[in-house]
Amino acid sequence: MPAMFASRNSVTWDERLKTGFFVTCLVDLMRPSVGFAAVDLLEDAGCDVSVPERQTCCGQPAFNSGDVASTLPIARQVIEAFADYDYVVVPSGSCAGMIRTHYPELFENDFTWRRRALDLAERTYELTTFLADLAGWRADAPGGSGKVTYHDSCSGLRELGVREQPRRLLAQLENVELVELPDSNVCCGFGGTFCVKYPDISTRMVDDKVDCVADTGAPVLLGGDLGCLLNIAGRMRRKGVKTRVYHVAEWLAGHHDRPGIGDPADDDR
Amino acid sequence: MTVAQSSKAFKVRSRRALLDNDLREALGRARGGFVEQRRAAFEALPEFEALRDAANEIREHTLSHLDYYLERYAANVEINGGTVHWASTAEDMNRIVVDICRRAGAKLVTKGKSMVSEETDLHHALKAAGIERMETDLGEYIIQLADEPPSHIIAPAVHKTRAQITELFHANHARFGIEGRAEDRTAIVAEARRVLREAFLSADVGITGANFLIAETGSNIIVTNEGNGDLTSCLPKVHIVTAGIEKVIPTLEDLSVFLRLLGRSATGQEMSAYSTLYSGPARPGDSDGPAEYHVVLLDNGRSTMLGNEFHEMLRCIRCGACLNHCPVYSHIGGHAYGWVYSGPMGSVLTPLFKGLEESYDLPNACTLNGRCQEVCPMRIPLPSLLRRLRQRQVEAKITPARQRLALSMWSRLAARPRVYRFVTNLSMRSMAWLGRRRGALRYLPAGRGWTRGRDMPAPEGATFMTRWRRRGEQDT
Ligand code: SF4
Repeated sequence: MPAMFASRNSVTWDERLKTGFFVTCLVDLMRPSVGFAAVDLLEDAGCDVSVPERQTCCGQPAFNSGDVASTLPIARQVIEAFADYDYVVVPSGSCAGMIRTHYPELFENDFTWRRRALDLAERTYELTTFLADLAGWRADAPGGSGKVTYHDSCSGLRELGVREQPRRLLAQLENVELVELPDSNVCCGFGGTFCVKYPDISTRMVDDKVDCVADTGAPVLLGGDLGCLLNIAGRMRRKGVKTRVYHVAEWLAGHHDRPGIGDPADDDR
Repeated sequence: MTVAQSSKAFKVRSRRALLDNDLREALGRARGGFVEQRRAAFEALPEFEALRDAANEIREHTLSHLDYYLERYAANVEINGGTVHWASTAEDMNRIVVDICRRAGAKLVTKGKSMVSEETDLHHALKAAGIERMETDLGEYIIQLADEPPSHIIAPAVHKTRAQITELFHANHARFGIEGRAEDRTAIVAEARRVLREAFLSADVGITGANFLIAETGSNIIVTNEGNGDLTSCLPKVHIVTAGIEKVIPTLEDLSVFLRLLGRSATGQEMSAYSTLYSGPARPGDSDGPAEYHVVLLDNGRSTMLGNEFHEMLRCIRCGACLNHCPVYSHIGGHAYGWVYSGPMGSVLTPLFKGLEESYDLPNACTLNGRCQEVCPMRIPLPSLLRRLRQRQVEAKITPARQRLALSMWSRLAARPRVYRFVTNLSMRSMAWLGRRRGALRYLPAGRGWTRGRDMPAPEGATFMTRWRRRGEQDT
C-alpha cells in the first residue's frame, strides 16, 4: 500500500509512530531480556511501542512442517493482533520472513485474508532493518567493547536481505570491533524442527559453525535470530567452548554485561 | 546396491556417512572447490542475472508448449535420418534400448554419462540381457568398478578419495596387464584412458545422455570435460541418445544462454571442455559417425509435473550447484539420499518419482536455509517445493502421528494466548530453575533430539509476556 507509506513518511518521526512489538515465541520463552532490549532500542528511536496481548507464536513450526491447517488460525491471530499499528517490529529474521513472505502465500485463495496478510506484510520489519533503515537509530551510550563476530541467519539473509543493517548498527558502538565470520552465509544447522529430527546431521553443521567462530578469535558471537543462537550456544556449552553468545539487540542496548545465552545466571534471578 | 537404491533408510545411511572419514575428506575437498570456482566465475560475469532471466523465460515458454516443441524436435530428428522412440516409463526406455542393442547384435556397449539411464536403472536391464557395459566418463567408470550408484549428478564419484581410486584401479586393472599403482590425478586419467580405448574401438553401441535437445535442428548436445561423449557416440555403429522430455529447447540461439550458465554453475568453468552437437547418423560421404541414430525420450512422471505445484522443478538443467552448496549434502554425500538424484534437487525429485512415503525423510532433512535457491541458475524455489512436499505428506498422513499430534497441540495452545501464557510461564520457570547452576540443561525429557548433540541453554525464568504485564502494572 504505497499511498499509506507516502503519507507516513511525510509526518515527522516525533509524532511517535505506533509500533507493535512481536516478541516471537523463542524470545518470549527463552530470553525475555532480548525483548526488553529491543523495546528499549525502539523507544530510543522514538517509537511508541506496544506489546499486544494476543500474540504467541508466528506459526512457523507448523508451516515449515507442512501443516497448513494448524498454521492458519495462528496467522489470523497475528494479523488481527497487529492490525492497528503503523509498524510491526520483530526481533527475528525468520519470524519476520514468515509474516512478510509466507502469510500472503498462506491465504492465496482467500481474498479478504490475503489482503489483510499483505497489509501486515508491508508494515512488518525485522528489528535491525527497522532500526537501521527506517528509524535511524543512533547509539547514545558506548555499549560493549572488544571483538565480536556475527552470524547471519539464513531466513533473514535470504528472505529479507538482512546483512548490512546489523553491521551498520554495530559500527556505531565505538569500542566494538566486528570480525567477519568465515562462511557466515552457511546454515548453522538449526532449521527449526530439523535439529530435533536429524540431530546427527545438525550437530555436524553446528560444529562447523563453532569452528568458524573459533577461527575469528572473537570472544563474543552476536546474531539476530534466537533459534540459531540457542543452537550454536548449546553446542558450545556441550563442547566446553567459552565464547559468549548474545542477540545483537542486547549489545546495542548496552545489556552486554548480562550472562550470555547458556551462561550460568547472575544471582539476582 | 539394493539398500542404497531405497530412500527409506535415509537415517541409517546418513548416520553411517557422518562416520565415514574417507567420505568426509572427499566431500570436504570437493565442496570448497566447487563453491569457490562458481563464485569466481559469476563475479566475472556481470550479465549473470540477465542470463538467468532469459534462461527461465525460455524454459517456461518451452514447457508451456512442450508438445509442440517435442513434435518439432522429433520431426527434425527423423528428417536427419534418426529414429525417435517415446518411453512413458523407465521399463519402456530400458526395453527400447535393449531391443536396439539386440537388433545390432551388440555384445559391448560404451556409455557416456546419462542421469536418465541411472534413473531407469538401464545397467541392470543391459546386464539381464547379457550385454556388457563400459562407462566412459571417468567418474562413472570409477563407480562402475566399485559397483556403486553415482553420488552426485555431475561428479558421480565425488565421494571417493584419490587413494580409494588408486586401489580400485589396482584391483581391477591387473587383467589389462597393468601392474603398478596410479597415484596422482594424471596417472589415474592415463590409466583409465588406456583401459577405455580398447572399449571405444570394440563397442557395438554407444549410449549417451543429452544436456539439451534442440527443436529447431533436431540435434542434441552433450557437454563433457573428457571428450568421452564424442568417442562413445561416433565410433560404434549405433548411437542411442537417452533424454528426459523436459530437455527440449526451441533454437540453437537459446542454447548459448544455457551453456553460459551450465558450465559456470556446475564447475565454475566458462564453458565445459567439449560441447558436441549430434544431429543424426553419418550421411553419405561423412568420414565418421554411426550408421544408426536413435533418440529415446523418457517421460517417467515428468508430464504429471507439468502445471502442478512442482512444475518449476522441470526447469532444472542438472548443473549440481544446489548439491555443491547444500550444507546437508556436503556432510552426508549423495548415497544417503538413496537414489540417483541427491541434494536439494533430488529431495524434490525422488519423492515425486519414487513416492512420498518411500522417500519420507528427503524433503524433511533440510533446514530450508535457501542457499540452493540462491545459487540455482534456474531460480527454482527448492525450499518452497520441499515445504509443499511436506504438506502433501501431512495431508496423506505419512508424517508420523506423534509429530502431527505434537504440532497440532502446539498450534492449538498458540491459538489460546491466555492458556499459552500460563503454561509457558510455568514451564520456563521450572526449566530455568533446573538449569540455574550451569546455565544450560544437558538433558531434556521431551527434547532428546536437541540434547543429543548440544545443551539447551536455560531460559531466564518468567516469560517476556508475564514480565511485560508486571511492568505495566507497576507503571500504573
Ligand atoms: S535445481 Fe537448480 S541448482 Fe540444482 S541441479 Fe537443477 S538447475 Fe542446478
